[in-house]
Amino acid sequence: MSSIQEVQNEIISEFEILGDDKESTIFYIMELGNGLEKFPEEEQIEANIIKGCQSKVWLIADEKDGKVHYQADSNTDITKGLISLLIRVLNDRTPQEIISAELDFIHKIGMGGIIGSQRSNGLAAMIKQMKLYALAFQAKQNA
Amino acid sequence: MSFPIDQIRKEFPILHQEVHGKPLIYFDNAATTQKPKSVIEALEGYYLHDNANIHRGAHALADRSTRYYEETRVAVQEFIRAKEPEEIIFTKGTTESINLVAYTFGRKFIQAGDEIIISTLEHHSNIVPWQMLCEEKGANLKVIPINEAGEILFEEFEKLLSPKTKLVSIVHASNALGTINPVKEIIAAAHQVGAKVLLDGAQSSSHLEIDVQDLDCDFFAFSAHKLYGPTGLGVLYGKREVLEAMPPFQGGGEMIKEVSFEKTTYNEIPFKFEAGTPNIGDVIAFKHALEFIGSYGKKAIKAHEDELLAYANELLLPVKGFNPVGTAEKKVSVLSFNINGMHPFDVGVMLDAKGIAVRTGHHCTQPLMKRLGLEGTVRASFAVYNSKSEIEKLAEGVTQLARIKNK
Repeated sequence: MSSIQEVQNEIISEFEILGDDKESTIFYIMELGNGLEKFPEEEQIEANIIKGCQSKVWLIADEKDGKVHYQADSNTDITKGLISLLIRVLNDRTPQEIISAELDFIHKIGMGGIIGSQRSNGLAAMIKQMKLYALAFQAKQNA
Repeated sequence: MSFPIDQIRKEFPILHQEVHGKPLIYFDNAATTQKPKSVIEALEGYYLHDNANIHRGAHALADRSTRYYEETRVAVQEFIRAKEPEEIIFTKGTTESINLVAYTFGRKFIQAGDEIIISTLEHHSNIVPWQMLCEEKGANLKVIPINEAGEILFEEFEKLLSPKTKLVSIVHASNALGTINPVKEIIAAAHQVGAKVLLDGAQSSSHLEIDVQDLDCDFFAFSAHKLYGPTGLGVLYGKREVLEAMPPFQGGGEMIKEVSFEKTTYNEIPFKFEAGTPNIGDVIAFKHALEFIGSYGKKAIKAHEDELLAYANELLLPVKGFNPVGTAEKKVSVLSFNINGMHPFDVGVMLDAKGIAVRTGHHCTQPLMKRLGLEGTVRASFAVYNSKSEIEKLAEGVTQLARIKNK
């Protein structure tokens, strides 16, 4: 399995191909959302909504063989695409890997300019929630 | 004579730029309009040549700035056809104008058990101040329902009226849907039961001819920045006898006649409501925005904007998956819509990528969105400088997005 950094580099080069064209970049992000694992409908509840996002984002996580597995969904296609990128980088890794991950791809693909400042705050909230899950699983492992 | 759109566009330097490599198409005019060169130059000119605090200054600059400031008051008076300039109070914006009425008129004249009537179409700024007042006073807020087209049900409004009604505060033209309310009839009916009427003119003032004497409203609130003027400036019109009966809003300089530690007497209107140093530069520049509108005339501007709205509807209504929201018979140039299967945020971001600026979301009208069963809409709102070719670009973009989701 590729390292977190390797996956980030992959994403950076994919976005480099798209260049400066915002329209095709957004279309690409929206398409990425289609690749998300199907989110269980019964988990689309208030408790699983990430606070701080303008659109609705549901995130759940569980642990298998010491690794964290995330599932997420959103009511907007762009947000679905964004969170699918985060899941691609962080999914099925140990809590420690997730906690210490530096997600530089977001800055390097110029996400702020693509999605605007409000959505960037939402993206930061998603990362925070993913890391919080990892912290909780780590605490459980150490208990 | 055709509308001189090319000449008008030359007056707005900001329109001539590219965003994301595409020519900017600005359709977020209901949020704020762009400013003509004359307004920008007046603002610059004030700080370059005339800056001084107004009233009571014994020097040339103070005299000049006071004169220009008061000239705008007269220009506003003429713009809304008020009887006297003293009936024009400068505020921070529509929101502050409404809050001023809630704080002063409301605190003095609304008592426990009294009723205030608003409509389902209201912006949060014409809901929350009244909720706060009702909570404080033990008064009740009543809401006029609407039909599916986004028009208020007049007969339901009449049923709500009673001797308990002390104030009707209603939007003149809806910011979210564009609906123009039958305000003249509303005002007449409210006066029958002795209630005062406040019109929220934030959206109507740039599109419709306003004659507060003919309307006979007691208050009219609007913002300069939606009228090609500067941000941070608004107007509250009130009938002289109503304003004089109201206690002051904020305490401070300017609003007093005489201050001693024992007792303070208050200044006359309008100064009673303008405590502290006002937004002098923006007030002075605002006159040029009114002159800009006056040079083309509201009638011609409205006809041009109506034509743009009709053209947008003509191009978009046949598109599969295009859902207009708000189909009132009488509307200002607001096109609110959704695309089936697409979140309004996504539509907004995609249009932005095409250089088209629109607004998405609940437009500060959450109760209205709830009534319509929507999370939000995409809103394209048109102004004097928008062109038919820009409408075509919007229609092209929306059609492309609708096709993706509605094959």
